[in-house]
Amino acid sequence: MTVRAGVLALQGDFREHAAALERAGAEAVLVRTPGGLEGLDALVLPGGESTTIGKLADRFGLVGPLRDAIAGGLPTLGTCAGMIFLARATTGPPQVQLGVLDVVVERNAFGRQVDSFETDVVMEGFDDPVHAVFIRAPWIAEIGPDVEVLAEVDGHPVAVRQGRILATSFHPELTGDGRIPTLLLAMAVEG
Amino acid sequence: MDKGTDLVKRGLAEMLKGGVIMDVIDAEQAKVAEDAGAVAVMALERVPADIRAHGGVARMADPRKVEEIVATVSIPVMAKARIGHFVEAQILESLGVDYIDESEVLTPADEEHHIDKWAFTTPFVCGARDLGEALRRIGEGAAMIRTKGEAGTGNVVEAVRHMRRITGEIARLHGLGSEQLMSAARDLGAPYSLVREVAETGTLPVVNFAAGGIATPADAALMMQLGCDGVFVGSGIFKSEDPAPRAKAIVEAVTYFEDPAMLAKVSRGLGEAMPSVEIDTLAPEERLARRGW
Repeated sequence: MTVRAGVLALQGDFREHAAALERAGAEAVLVRTPGGLEGLDALVLPGGESTTIGKLADRFGLVGPLRDAIAGGLPTLGTCAGMIFLARATTGPPQVQLGVLDVVVERNAFGRQVDSFETDVVMEGFDDPVHAVFIRAPWIAEIGPDVEVLAEVDGHPVAVRQGRILATSFHPELTGDGRIPTLLLAMAVEG
Repeated sequence: MDKGTDLVKRGLAEMLKGGVIMDVIDAEQAKVAEDAGAVAVMALERVPADIRAHGGVARMADPRKVEEIVATVSIPVMAKARIGHFVEAQILESLGVDYIDESEVLTPADEEHHIDKWAFTTPFVCGARDLGEALRRIGEGAAMIRTKGEAGTGNVVEAVRHMRRITGEIARLHGLGSEQLMSAARDLGAPYSLVREVAETGTLPVVNFAAGGIATPADAALMMQLGCDGVFVGSGIFKSEDPAPRAKAIVEAVTYFEDPAMLAKVSRGLGEAMPSVEIDTLAPEERLARRGW
């Protein structure tokens, strides 16, 4: 079957995610309205600016439908801003979040842009390390009981899985590592 | 851990795509911009319309102002340095700004040389009127490009001209045979390696935003439909009658740039746009886009 994968396209690098999903064999569609969530087998919340994405989702009535779809079992990948958007809370001031991933995220935890970096990360389930790029990246500060840590940098979780939700602090869509979108599509095929 | 690599520098610009970067002169404006949904703010001493009105030498913002803005918002903070003024850029890097705009809106410090941007960990955005200029800046290390437009005029015509020229030149290169690329590089005045890369990929190797003269949600959506990755708004917000709703509407217009009904909805009742200028009435020395090469 061809997986129909939506990419939330309010702001951020949604085109890179759509291209990565198509390379992994999916049909990618850009989602900007609640109606766009219908008929999806998988969903990606892209990198971008989490406050902007949250505000737009709130203004255009996407928060409830996104929450329902993901909590209802739609396989979902969130990268960087997408991970923040999925999370229950941040360590900073309140912002719009879906709260479907039971973690607390610290935004810009690795620092400002001058501290952004790329490095190899060992990730659970993959034989070879993932080459990962961290851009004003968050890490996970608190973790719920049902959340599995897949990768860490300096002792801080940077990739996690909770049921069918996958989240990374880094950007597989920028490095062209097909294993992470493939993992998402595999969850969709498992049904 | 490798910092300041091409991927890391260009990567932040990728994250800003589909977003609006707003000029702000203090922490209060920065908060308005963030609340409206800006993806980043640009810290500067005066917005371009006031630089035009004020005259004299326009310089980098006061470090105290930059620090106040950095401390106030959680989104990335950019700041402008004068063309060729690498010490202003060093100071901005030490303040922790996330992107440096080597900008023609400020008075150039060097008429011959732009900043060697490879020497910095902080990424740079630079203005361009055409493909050759864009590739020269990328050749110097710029990690993001924007149209120059004509800042502080509220008139989008120059930004449109620059964007159409860049996309037209890319399309032309994309159709050339490999033996034609060296003469194309000569004509563009651009590095051969970048010319070859653009000819192969049919796209710029970095993100390209619109800037200069954007005053309305429709202007922003026009630039997006012309192929820009996002939009800078300078004087267009804080020199308008009612900045907060206009800022919000421009953010929404950049997301829904292909949806005319949505554009109509967000454009309603925003009050007066910024005071605007017909480009033909500007003397050559008043045209900021002509600064730099």
